[in-house]
Amino acid sequence: MRRTLENIYRLGVKELWSLRRDPIMLGLIIFAFTFSVYTSANALPETLQNASIAIVDEDESPLSQRIISAFYPPQFLTPKMIAPAEVDPGMDAGKFTFVLHIPYGFQRDVLAGHSAEIQLSTDATRMGQAFTGSSYIQQIVSAEVSEHLNRYRSGDPPRVDIALRARFNPSLDKSWFGALARIIDQITMLSIILTGAALIREREHGTVEHLLVMPVTPLEIMLSKVWSMAFVVLLASMLSLLLIVQGLMQVPVAGSLPLFFTGAALVLFATTSLGIFLATLARTMPQFGMLIVLVLMPLQMLSGGNSPRESMPQLVQDVMLLAPTTHFVEMGQAILFRGAGFGVVWPQFLAVTVIGAVFFAIALARFRSTISAMT
Amino acid sequence: MSHDAPSRDPVARLEGVRVRYAKTEALRGIDLEIPAGSMVGLIGPDGVGKSTLLSLMSGARALQEGEVHVLGGDMRERSHRLNVCPRIAYMPQGLGKNLSPTLSVEENLQFFARLFGHDADERRRRIDRLTCATGLDPFLTRPAGKLSGGMKQKLGLCCALIHDPDLLILDEPTTGVDPLARAQFWDLISDIRETQKAMSVVVATAYMDEAQGFDWLVAMDDGRILDTGTPQEILDRTGTHALEEAFIALLPEEKTQGYEPVTIPPLQADGTDIAIEARDLTMRFGDFTAVDHVSFSIHRGEIFGFLGSNGCGKSTTMKMLTGLLSASEGEAWLFGNEVDSHDISTRRRVGYMSQAFSLYGELTVRQNLDLHARLFHVPADAIAARVAEMVEQFELGPVLDALPASVPLGIRQRLSLAVAMVHKPELLILDEPTSGVDPVARDGFWRLLVELSRRDKVTIFISTHFMNEALRCDRMSMMHAGKVLDSDTPARLIEKRGADNLEDAFIGYLLEAEGEEPEKHDTAADLAAAPSEPAAAATRSPFSLQRCLTYAWRETLELQRDPVRATLALAGSLILMIVIGFGITMDVNELSYAVLDRDHSALSENYALDIAGSGYFVEKAPIRDYDDLDRRMVDGELALAIEIPPGFGRDLTAGHEVTIGAWFDGANPQRAETVKGYIQGMHQHWLAEQARQRTGATLGSFSIENRYRYNPDVQSLPAMVPIVIPLLLLMLPAMLTALAVVREKEIGSIINLYVTPVTRSEFMLGKQAPYVALALVNFLLMVLMSIFIFDVPVKGSFPALFLAAFIYSVSATGMGLLASAVTRSQIAALFLAMIGTMIPATIFGGMFDPVSSMEGMGRIIGEIYPASHMFTISRGIFAKALGLSDLRSSFLPLALSAPTIVGIAILLLKKQEA
Repeated sequence: MRRTLENIYRLGVKELWSLRRDPIMLGLIIFAFTFSVYTSANALPETLQNASIAIVDEDESPLSQRIISAFYPPQFLTPKMIAPAEVDPGMDAGKFTFVLHIPYGFQRDVLAGHSAEIQLSTDATRMGQAFTGSSYIQQIVSAEVSEHLNRYRSGDPPRVDIALRARFNPSLDKSWFGALARIIDQITMLSIILTGAALIREREHGTVEHLLVMPVTPLEIMLSKVWSMAFVVLLASMLSLLLIVQGLMQVPVAGSLPLFFTGAALVLFATTSLGIFLATLARTMPQFGMLIVLVLMPLQMLSGGNSPRESMPQLVQDVMLLAPTTHFVEMGQAILFRGAGFGVVWPQFLAVTVIGAVFFAIALARFRSTISAMT
Repeated sequence: MSHDAPSRDPVARLEGVRVRYAKTEALRGIDLEIPAGSMVGLIGPDGVGKSTLLSLMSGARALQEGEVHVLGGDMRERSHRLNVCPRIAYMPQGLGKNLSPTLSVEENLQFFARLFGHDADERRRRIDRLTCATGLDPFLTRPAGKLSGGMKQKLGLCCALIHDPDLLILDEPTTGVDPLARAQFWDLISDIRETQKAMSVVVATAYMDEAQGFDWLVAMDDGRILDTGTPQEILDRTGTHALEEAFIALLPEEKTQGYEPVTIPPLQADGTDIAIEARDLTMRFGDFTAVDHVSFSIHRGEIFGFLGSNGCGKSTTMKMLTGLLSASEGEAWLFGNEVDSHDISTRRRVGYMSQAFSLYGELTVRQNLDLHARLFHVPADAIAARVAEMVEQFELGPVLDALPASVPLGIRQRLSLAVAMVHKPELLILDEPTSGVDPVARDGFWRLLVELSRRDKVTIFISTHFMNEALRCDRMSMMHAGKVLDSDTPARLIEKRGADNLEDAFIGYLLEAEGEEPEKHDTAADLAAAPSEPAAAATRSPFSLQRCLTYAWRETLELQRDPVRATLALAGSLILMIVIGFGITMDVNELSYAVLDRDHSALSENYALDIAGSGYFVEKAPIRDYDDLDRRMVDGELALAIEIPPGFGRDLTAGHEVTIGAWFDGANPQRAETVKGYIQGMHQHWLAEQARQRTGATLGSFSIENRYRYNPDVQSLPAMVPIVIPLLLLMLPAMLTALAVVREKEIGSIINLYVTPVTRSEFMLGKQAPYVALALVNFLLMVLMSIFIFDVPVKGSFPALFLAAFIYSVSATGMGLLASAVTRSQIAALFLAMIGTMIPATIFGGMFDPVSSMEGMGRIIGEIYPASHMFTISRGIFAKALGLSDLRSSFLPLALSAPTIVGIAILLLKKQEA
């Protein structure tokens, strides 16, 4: 037993040395946990920025002028004034996302109390902007019209206010979400790539064979890669959270970091096992690279980090319960964003532990059976 | 074999040639005239510059310094290279290096014949003629990768000869081939020279003995020429009897300092103590038997050799003995214990050193020794002493803190041996430990082995394909095709066959093993039978469709036979389309909410009811108090909590101001913005409703009619599908195409671009064509998926969409070509293709924000990047029911981008190795 632990430790230290001398992997780790975290915090598609809007003004009244001047950057580009005939071609070509049509006699009808109608066309193929943008536009137009009306007549609007408070991120600062979500993503990505690459590198250099004639077992070889690469990823993600996210970007973290990293360590057990498994399927680095694309994208996109799980089809939701990342995203968001404690996230801890054990067992079985063919 | 050739003009003339790779100088000033019409040998160990010299002569490598004239012209000039390349044939080093392993013998030959522009009949005639002459004709359908080493080299030769060259350049054609196949190969060459007397042959070889029969030799070491002349002249000058001795005599003094021939004291053993015994050891991989009932026994303290060609089963046998592989059949004992791959303890008594030096390149020499000592559980307090002992015995002192990759091969090999010996094993298993090392270093290595065997009584089991190494063993086995032919002392083996030397003895055994001597082809007659027509005129034209299609044909076959790439190519886009289609959704619905109603009036219930009526929210059990609210929001159970204050109904009716509280989960701000919009909308709706009921319709007199165009229900899928298709149609074809070209660079078959008449554009376009076709198949599959799985129909003109997809696929694969033109390794090309397509497409291509809302550099990239135009076209046709004429302004830049990208890629590809 002591020998086993000693071997695992020795071989793991060897992996760390190997990594130290691999500039590409080191570069990837640093890039992933610094630059990538920093930029993705700000690179999330803005819900409304520089939205392109065109206005057909047939009324040419003070009211319509007032409405037109209410649209300005940064939310909207300065509105383009167009003729009715330009609406369709412009929208077809994707030049304008929104077109506001103010009909002839609009101001007159509004002031006279007749029913008047403004038409808003929204290009709904631009999902990012369509929904929020059109509700913004409606609010802006309503506000302008009401104020214009108020100047002519004092009304008595119902006095029910709604106090909207966003919890966990009061100012809805996107960088909070982006940075923390990216750290969760990077932990998954790097642990798979590093562990898989560690095995493939060994196979390409022919040193797997060499290890096997020494008094070490496949279990020891695999565990040594698992612990060393998990250690590197944990360390890097901790530094990134403390220095980049909390230090440089001043993003507050709601919950307990030790709890988060304990959970992350459990997840790493599963993802590093997955890395070993994929490396046994691929014979070379390029094949591994292609497998990574096919495996990593579903893991990241469907686990709820980017879009909420409840919007996905039930089947996808159910299948993704088998992925460690799904639970990791849930756990991570609960702890980091909402300050949840162990009492809240224990089901995820349990799930990740079970998945990790199963993944490890499968990967070990596969590693044992393919290892002799690896040389 | 001798011709009175040197009187003619030289076939090649080199003056002051120097070549430098990064830090090392491969050629240090070569002046040489190679006589025409004769058989010229370049001799010297690996890494002395032979290959570099040959690649310069063939035109494969660009000249750095000096002059190279071949076949009467300057190889620096592109026009001359183009003119002479059909007259030169070059067979690079490495078994089957310029062949495609997954293509059959016939397909490989067809490929080369097509490149040289022969028509179908002529191709058939030439292929039949060459395969008959070489005895390859029964194996026409076998993949080149599954041929034995000797057959691979014969096939390589056939491919080289398919266009009747005047100069045949062979780089180590017989390395790693068994002696019989080697003898046959040289017979073949001399037969060919009989029929084509004018042909010059230049051969590099590391086997000095086979150079004995050449017309003229060039001995090289360390990038310099040591001597030139006929073999006899060289032997006479050095006063030696064999070329290997002559070569050592020619080496500069500092290299041979302390050199002495290896002498082996006789073995002092009683011969009863057995270290290894194998009985009927058999290994099968599928239906291929790699090792077939092998039996032998090795005495303690003996040096036992395994002699055989590459792939004869030597390594497999050794792996079974070390427990690396479990035998399919038979048994083996190490020191009387049965070999069991799960038994860890016997491993400590064995040291193993394999073909590839199994050192950790990332660890220093000292760290390597230390790690191995620890893994073999040398007691901690003894490690330092043991390492020091190894360093002294194997003379590693000066390189102790260097990385293995930075030290010369000879020293690296000593280090490997030291690593294998660090735990003082009783048995040393060495799998071809000396391949690629010069004779002096090899002899030094053998002196160490002798010392270990005779002084330390270590049993040594060594495999080799060098005859003179096998001669040094106490006893040896000859192996061929998985079988041991015979085992005995080398002297007895020679005696048994009545041969002059070990090589002849081995050939004798091989002939016996193969049954009766194979029917001897009348090679000369076969070759003479059909007078060959000169290569077709197509070889001179600037662009040959035939050559281009040849590459397309070959690429298609290779892709079909590579399961991982083929899967990615066909299923990749479908899998990813499902993932992205469902994964990136901006729909926000089924939000769970609950109400903390502290009023319980009719009005408050009316408000709560109004929320429940909207389709976006799902109501949960009412909130009891603030703690409950807090807990359930932290839990993530509630996305929205509404608090209605006490006295809400009363105050409202009285006209007092009241405030409703709404808490929503802001963790994901993008989603929160949408939720906020929903709440505000609902609240306004409720207010308007109240106002209408109370005061009549004064304020409601104006309304905004919002029309969501193209996607009336504002669903994610109809918005996502038209951008996912162009995205995947960009990324995957680019990645696959990038691999296609760089793979050739990695495995070496790019050499065919360098030395055959194929031009860069033929090569690139040929490689690209299958991937464009594949991209279109993928495109059709994705459209079908979008219609039938995602329920997103194509509203506009499908022919226009198909046309756009075609042009776009050319651009996308062109970007792959671009990535592969500038990279060297597959992984780098893969990475570059992925980053280079995904980042501009997703960020600047107008996937989320329209290009028109971008500024600065991003705007410029967005305007010229083909993906932005394809997004517009795809959206326009899928969702907006448009056709070709509506989208003219997007088609034009798209159509311009395709030839531009492909053109740049072609320009960046090099037609010679740098």
